[in-house]
Amino acid sequence: MNAPSPYALPVQETKAMRHIISILLENESGALSRVAGLFSARGYNIESLTVAPTEDPSLSRMTIVTTGSDDVVEQITKQLNKLIEVVKLVDLSEAAHIERELMLIKVRAAGKDREEMKRMADIFRGRIIDVTESTYTVELTGDGSKLDAFIEALDKTAILETVRTGASGIARGERVLRV
Amino acid sequence: MKITGAEISGDAVEMTGAEIVVKCLEAEGVEYLFGYPGGAVLFIYDELFKQDKVRHVLVRHEQAAAHAADAYSRASQKVGVCLVTSGPGVTNAVTGIATAYMDSIPMVILSGQVPTHAIGQDAFQEVDAVGITRPCVKHNFLVKDVRELAATIKKAFLIATTGRPGPVLVDIPKDVTIAKTAFHYPDSIAMRSYNPVIKGHPGQIKKAAQLILEAKRPMIYTGGGVILSDAAPLLTKIVKMLGFPVTNTLMGLGGYPGDDRLFLGMLGMHGTYEANMAMQHCDVLVAVGARFDDRVIGNPTHFGQVPRKIVHIDVDPSSISKRVKVDVPIVGHVPDVLEELLKQLESQTAKIDQKALAAWWAQIELWRGRDCLRYDRTSPIIKPQLVVEKLHEVTNGDAFITSDVGQHQMWAAQFYKFAKPRRWINSGGLGTMGVGLPYAMGAQLANPGATVACVTGEASFTMCIQELSTCKQYRLPLKIVLLNNRYMGMVRQWQQFFHGNRYSESYMDALPDFVKLAESFGHVGMRIEKPGDVEPALREAFARKNDLVFMDFLTDQTENVYPMVPGGKGLSEMILSEEL
Repeated sequence: MNAPSPYALPVQETKAMRHIISILLENESGALSRVAGLFSARGYNIESLTVAPTEDPSLSRMTIVTTGSDDVVEQITKQLNKLIEVVKLVDLSEAAHIERELMLIKVRAAGKDREEMKRMADIFRGRIIDVTESTYTVELTGDGSKLDAFIEALDKTAILETVRTGASGIARGERVLRV
Repeated sequence: MKITGAEISGDAVEMTGAEIVVKCLEAEGVEYLFGYPGGAVLFIYDELFKQDKVRHVLVRHEQAAAHAADAYSRASQKVGVCLVTSGPGVTNAVTGIATAYMDSIPMVILSGQVPTHAIGQDAFQEVDAVGITRPCVKHNFLVKDVRELAATIKKAFLIATTGRPGPVLVDIPKDVTIAKTAFHYPDSIAMRSYNPVIKGHPGQIKKAAQLILEAKRPMIYTGGGVILSDAAPLLTKIVKMLGFPVTNTLMGLGGYPGDDRLFLGMLGMHGTYEANMAMQHCDVLVAVGARFDDRVIGNPTHFGQVPRKIVHIDVDPSSISKRVKVDVPIVGHVPDVLEELLKQLESQTAKIDQKALAAWWAQIELWRGRDCLRYDRTSPIIKPQLVVEKLHEVTNGDAFITSDVGQHQMWAAQFYKFAKPRRWINSGGLGTMGVGLPYAMGAQLANPGATVACVTGEASFTMCIQELSTCKQYRLPLKIVLLNNRYMGMVRQWQQFFHGNRYSESYMDALPDFVKLAESFGHVGMRIEKPGDVEPALREAFARKNDLVFMDFLTDQTENVYPMVPGGKGLSEMILSEEL
């Protein structure tokens, strides 16, 4: 059964890299599903996707984190550009950029752990935004690895719930993405 | 959705959505509307009834409406338009829409939808048309407000016909067809997010010209883009000026005259030996309106083993460097780029190395000398290739030929030497069996008085056979050339080659008597069983100018299509006919 199928095409193996793509698209119903549909139909990978309207309510700004070889990412940007509702896009990872992600994390904070939990949040420059007798909810912003590090630093059994937004990104300096 | 570019003038007349739909089609110069009525589109049908500018063609199944509109576009330079009802009307049309999408055909599909207040309620005949068609249209719209209807239809026609063309669906809920608004059809419409490239980059075109003139073993490879953009005359001029060998893809046939000496035949999986060998061994390859797909270049790694410089001209940036890395990409509308390329070629001081070109042609002639399309002309059983050759002879190579999908499609492509663009109409990308008859209907309506023949197989033909009734209603004098081998021939061929002769489910048992079947629909039927009867039968059939004639040719059951590049193999690794 090891003979190659006559139908088979060779798989091209090139190095997959993480890319962060920012998109301005028409703020219309269906635009998001076109983007998501494109990724699933063509077998592209989405690590995270965030979207919200911009200061111009007719436009949405989307940030997609994906991984792929240079060829694949080139196709992703070309295929995204072909979508009628996509106005403009940029691969932020091509140059210096900043990315941030927000995490809300609810932790057990009772008895002797309560003080330790507060110190931990302070070290990571997190803010405690909700308090009960036995829990804290911490708001933490940073790049993905900082949020990972905070989770790592906590006692696993203390974590009750986490929610992360996925990365948003913006280019450094004078580079802007606008219509 | 914001309406841009559409200004409502003060004296605009108030109309219902249904009236607006018909007025928009009229304003777009739509001659034929292929469709099938149903609940959600009743008001539109009522408006169609009241006018005589847009003529409706009633098909027998919505799939055929989409196919016929598709072929109407392929066989003319116009947009194909169809109208279907909600739910099953749309789902039936999906195969036709996907077929047009894969071949980049400009088409507008109007679909009815349940009233806006019922959307999402699982209403009778409700389906998420925009969701279902999203992956197989260039774009689609759901019109929730009658005030957006005219501008949306304008956008649909704009998007369908510009850039890389494609089908666009406009989904119209029933209440929108009743609601009234002031009608104004904008002359033009601007979309900030849609600006297809037209002009090619001059620097790139100059580089391409230099590369072309330096070539020792040049090759020109053209696809459907040349046909769709009506660039065939310009391409022919450039090829003849250069004296270079040229090949067409299945979608590109007719882009260069098929009977010219510079033409090496079709390339690809069932391309000629000379075309595939020249593709593999050239040093400069110029690809025009083609996309290096798997049926054309075979295994891309094998193709990439031979060093060659590639110039790629295409309107769609995502077609470039998708499967094969190219050296000089040129994004632009093919005729504009070719126009500029011609100027560049004429202004360059470098001259073609005629000695090297002559040596290259000598090599190509050796390949051509293998006569790869040879078949047994003395066979006592009808060879399918013979039928297509005779069809070419009898129609003087000037007919519109549609085909279904399978072996007969390849024989039609190989043996009917297409001299002009838009004469060869087939489903190249999606490979949709059943397109042949509705394609012939669309081609005939686009070209009244022209000779239209459908080369088909018994398996494909049976898939849209109900359209024989439509042909009767509209008096379409098509000529059906059925190459009947009682097998799904292409499936059988693959099973013979790759599945140890196990012909799993590929035998067509219990076929109808096609002669009687044609007669029952009010057409003329003929059965042809001997090679000697092929030409007389064709002559008789084509002499019947006003009748649809169904010719059932009983052909050799085990004939295979050669040459063949097996899937995953390189372009030069062809299987040739057993006789070779």
